[in-house]
This record gives sequence, structure tokens and C-alpha cells, in this order.
Amino acid sequence: MSDADRVRLYRTVRLIRRFEERAIELVRAGHIVGGIHPYLGQEGIAAGVCAALGADDVIAGTHRGHGHVLAKGADPARMLAELCGRASGLNAGRGGSMHAADFGVGVLGANAIVGASGAIVTGAVWARRRRGADTVGVSFFGDGAVNEGMLLEAFNLAALWRVPVLFVCENNGYATTMPVAGAVAGSITGRAAAFGMPATVVDGQDPEAVRAAATAAVARLRAGGGPELIEAATYRFDAHHTFEHQVRLDYRPPDEVARGRSRDPVAIQGARLSTADRAAVDAGVERELAAAVEFALAGPEPDPADALAHLYASGLTARTGGG
Amino acid sequence: MPRLSYRRALTRALADELARDETVFLLGEDIRVGAANVTAGLLKRFGPERVRDTPLSEQAFTSFATGAALAGLRPVVEFQIPSLLFLVFEQIVNHAHKFPLMTGGQCAVPVTYLVPGSGSRTGWAGQHSDHPYSLFAHVGVTTVVPATPADAYGLLVSAVRCDDPVVVFAPAGALDVRADVDFAALAPVPLGRGRVHRPGDDVTVVAVGHLVHDALAVAEELAGEASVEVYDPRTLYPFDWDSLAESVARTRRLVVVDDSNRSCGIAGEVIATMVERVPLVAPPRRVTRPDGAVLPFAPALDRAVQPGRDQLRTAIHHVLKDG
Repeated sequence: MSDADRVRLYRTVRLIRRFEERAIELVRAGHIVGGIHPYLGQEGIAAGVCAALGADDVIAGTHRGHGHVLAKGADPARMLAELCGRASGLNAGRGGSMHAADFGVGVLGANAIVGASGAIVTGAVWARRRRGADTVGVSFFGDGAVNEGMLLEAFNLAALWRVPVLFVCENNGYATTMPVAGAVAGSITGRAAAFGMPATVVDGQDPEAVRAAATAAVARLRAGGGPELIEAATYRFDAHHTFEHQVRLDYRPPDEVARGRSRDPVAIQGARLSTADRAAVDAGVERELAAAVEFALAGPEPDPADALAHLYASGLTARTGGG
Repeated sequence: MPRLSYRRALTRALADELARDETVFLLGEDIRVGAANVTAGLLKRFGPERVRDTPLSEQAFTSFATGAALAGLRPVVEFQIPSLLFLVFEQIVNHAHKFPLMTGGQCAVPVTYLVPGSGSRTGWAGQHSDHPYSLFAHVGVTTVVPATPADAYGLLVSAVRCDDPVVVFAPAGALDVRADVDFAALAPVPLGRGRVHRPGDDVTVVAVGHLVHDALAVAEELAGEASVEVYDPRTLYPFDWDSLAESVARTRRLVVVDDSNRSCGIAGEVIATMVERVPLVAPPRRVTRPDGAVLPFAPALDRAVQPGRDQLRTAIHHVLKDG
């Protein structure tokens, strides 16, 4: 890996880390209503996978989706404005944290229905390739999704029709509060094997390891291979959702949390940079996020009179609720 | 003038749209052989990339269609059995329908869902005899229920060309309808426009789908005692409220016959809207399936829970007498 790639990868994990920390501050300050599902601790996966993709490739993510959207290249300022529900946000204030999308950079949306993105990405990639593009796609999901029938059906369809989709399972150990051991019969990679899909297990805390695995998989996809699965072992540093900051749920032993947090993807990647490079990246990210917060909070509130704008692409207007 | 059957009208609409627009493709179970007798011959003419037979994976192929639509194609998804719409209600409502709004207008999802054989087919019992069009009208997905071959052709063509998801219910009770049709005059029928099949002065009967033919028969039987106007909404959502209000404002009496279960069926919405807009001289009546109906197997039981001509006659007599 070149020094520039190494620095770029660090920049992405650092950007996601600080974005999430600033977002949590905005939740606490009341600027982001409804809270967020923090991606803290899992930054290396979005950063490493998206580093293996090109501008024409497409991804779809999850309710814990900020990292994917940012890593694929969405503007952090418009993303933060979206979280704050502003008309200047990526989705004009109509999506919020769980549905942030930026079709311009190939982000078909964070998706809050667990296991939903696999079939959508498969269809999108198949369609783009039918129209002559060289697109590959990535469907991100958590360990909780591997028991959803919809996702397993998508595995089958992608494998059957050899659609080049990289299925990335971020195994952070818990589906909300349910540990993997309490939810997953067999194994996650075994699900891939059942459909004849190659599967790789990677250390999700090491951004370069993720990037290497994703780069190799994407090369096989572009060479005409069928779909593949990467299971990235990771740990969620913070709550399932920020509501846990008020209501402490007791499901992760403190020593496990401490152990999990000791392997920090930002620290791991940062240690690979010179002190000067790292300081320069950190300062740049701080400047960008300071501007992003300012942009987000200065953004106009959407007009309630247009609450259902964009409901229909055909231009159909719905009846009002009356009164 | 040549005779056109309802089924062949659907086939012709699909063939014409496949020929006209290369972004259109078909997806569904057993469509290569045309098990539902609608797609017969299309594989040979358009090939397996555009007439795509699927495994029994309704959830995956429904969301695959969403993804393909997000990438610029216009999928038509056939469901052999109306009850399968319950399986994919999630994929249609949570994803296909919600994406344009949730993304702030970044995308369109032009998918057509075609159900060639909705409602009772006599003897297909509880899990193959539903007629769930009111559910889609309720969530705001464009919903059409053509009654005649020409409307089946014209509405399916318009559905394929629509930039939003559209569900096309072809009632089993209408599939064998044949009509004299000038093939050269077959044309798109605009979505959201109702039609008066038989003009009348004393009462407006709103009939949905195959029940239009029952309403026309009853109107003819009663011709000596009352002048019955038969109104076919054709599209249930968006409903052509203005043209129905014009009819009801003239007759000032209203009966609705609707193959939905009674609670929250479209008949209730039609009556509520007309009562809001038009002074009536008699309480309106509706004929529907009973509350919570599950179609029982034995033919006499199956018929007993579907709206029938006797009930319609009774309802018409009531509104004529009550005023």
C-alpha cells in the first residue's frame, strides 16, 4: 500500500470517528432529534471496504450507516445537516440518520430494515451491468441480519445469477442486545458456503486488513466472479442507540467492553503514520467538521407545507389530512 | 371487429412495452412458460435477460426489482397468487414506496407489480383467494383494477410507464372477459381516471374490477324500475374523486360494491369521501366481503362471502326507497 493510501485510510476512519462524536454532542444538545446508532469502533470496515471501490460502484447500508455514507464520499456537512433535519441535508431533511443517501456518489441509502439492502444492491448492480457499466456493489449488514430470510434469499439470487456483490457482515457481537451466540445457529461464513459463495473472515479493527480483503474480493468480482462474503470481526464501542446514554442496558460485561475498546481502528491506523502526517490529518478533519457543524446548524428548516414533497416521483399529489 | 380477451390484453401490453422500451423487463415465477397464461410467448421473443424466471424468493426478487429500478430499469414483477402480496408488502411499502420521499427526491422506483388472477378463483381456498387492493390504496401505492380488456391493456401500459410503483390487480373474475376491440385503437389509459360504463339518473353504483360486470348486469335487470349509473373507478389510488362526485351530485344516491373485507375496504373510503363532498338524499350502502373474511374452500361457501348480485340489488332498492 502506498503512503498516500495509508494516509487516506486513516483520514477516513478519523473523519467517521470525529463525525460520530460531534453527532453525539448534537444529539445531547437537542439539535439531532431521535438519536443515532453510533458507528464508533467499526470505522475500519466502512473505510477499508469503500477504499476498494470506484465512483461507479454502489453500496447500501444499515441503520448504523453514517460510516458507509461518509466512506463512499458523501459530503459530511450535508450529511450532518440531514441528521439535524435541515432542508440543506442530503435527503432534504426527509431521511435523517437511518436513511441518509447520496445517489450521486453511489450510496443507495442507509436502510433501517435489517437485512433489506442485499437484494436491493443485487438488483441495482445487475441493472447497471446490463446497461454496460462495470459496477460492483456492496451490501453492508450486521450479525443480526444473517437470520433474516430476505437476506438469505438475496444471497441465493446473487449467487445464482452471479451478480458481483460483496456482502459485508459487520459482526460486532450483538444484534441490539442479543449476543451472536444466542441468535446464530451454525456460522456466518457457513451461510455463504451454503450458496457456493467464497467467504473471508477479516479483522475489522484493522483498516488495512479490511482494505486488503475487500480489494482482493472486488478484483475477483470485476474479473467475472460471483458474489462473495466478508465477515469483519468488530466491536461496537458505544451504545446500540444513543437512547442507551439515558437508559443503561446491562448486556455487555464491562471487561468485555474494555477489551473491545482496546483495539481501536483509529489508533491502529494512526500508528502507521508519522506524527506529522497524523497531526495534519487530524487538524484537517477538525476544520472540516467545524465547518460541517456550522453548515448543518445554519441550514434552513424544511417547510411543513411541503412535508410530503418527493412522495411521488410521478408528480402525483396526495390528498391532505383534512380538518 | 376482433375479439380480445382480458388475458391477451395483458400479454399484448407487456409485449408492446418490452418492444417500445428496452429498459422494461419482466420478473417472476414460471413466467418463461407463462404458467399464469399472461407471459406466454414473451421469452421466445425477448429472451431470458428480459423475461427473467425467478426462484421462489418473492422477497428477494421484489427488492431486486427495486434495486433495478433505482438503477434506471423498469421492472414488471408478476405474482401468480394474490396472497403473495402479503409476503412482499414489506418490500413494496417499506422500500419501493418510501424511497423517493426518504431520499428527498433523489430517486424514482418505477416498478409494476402485476397480479393476473386476484380474488377468488373458486376452489383455491384461503391462501390463494385474497383481493388485497385496498391495502395498497391505504398505504398510497398507485393501485389499478381494470375491468375490461381495453382497460387492462391501457392501464398496464400506463403502469409500466409510471415513475412510481404501481400494483395492477387483474381480477380472476375478469380474466375470461372478452370484448370486441379495434386493435389499432388500443391505447394507454391514464392512471387515476374513472369511467362511467352505463349512464343513469337515479343511483350511482361504484363497482370495482370484475364486479363492474355484475353491476352492469344488475343495472340492466332493473332497467324497468330504475336508471342505474355504473361507475368504474379503474384506479383506486389515486382515485378520480372529481368525476365520481360529478356523478353522485346528479344521482344523489350511492352504492358501492367492492371485493374487499368490509373494515377499511375501499368502499368505506368512497362513501366517506362522497358524504364529505356531496349531499345525498338517502344513506349510502356498500356491498363487500364480510369483516375479516377468509375464503372458505367449498364453492358454495366461497361464493357466500363474495359480494353478489342479490346483495347489490338489495342495496340499490334500499337507497332508492330510503330517499
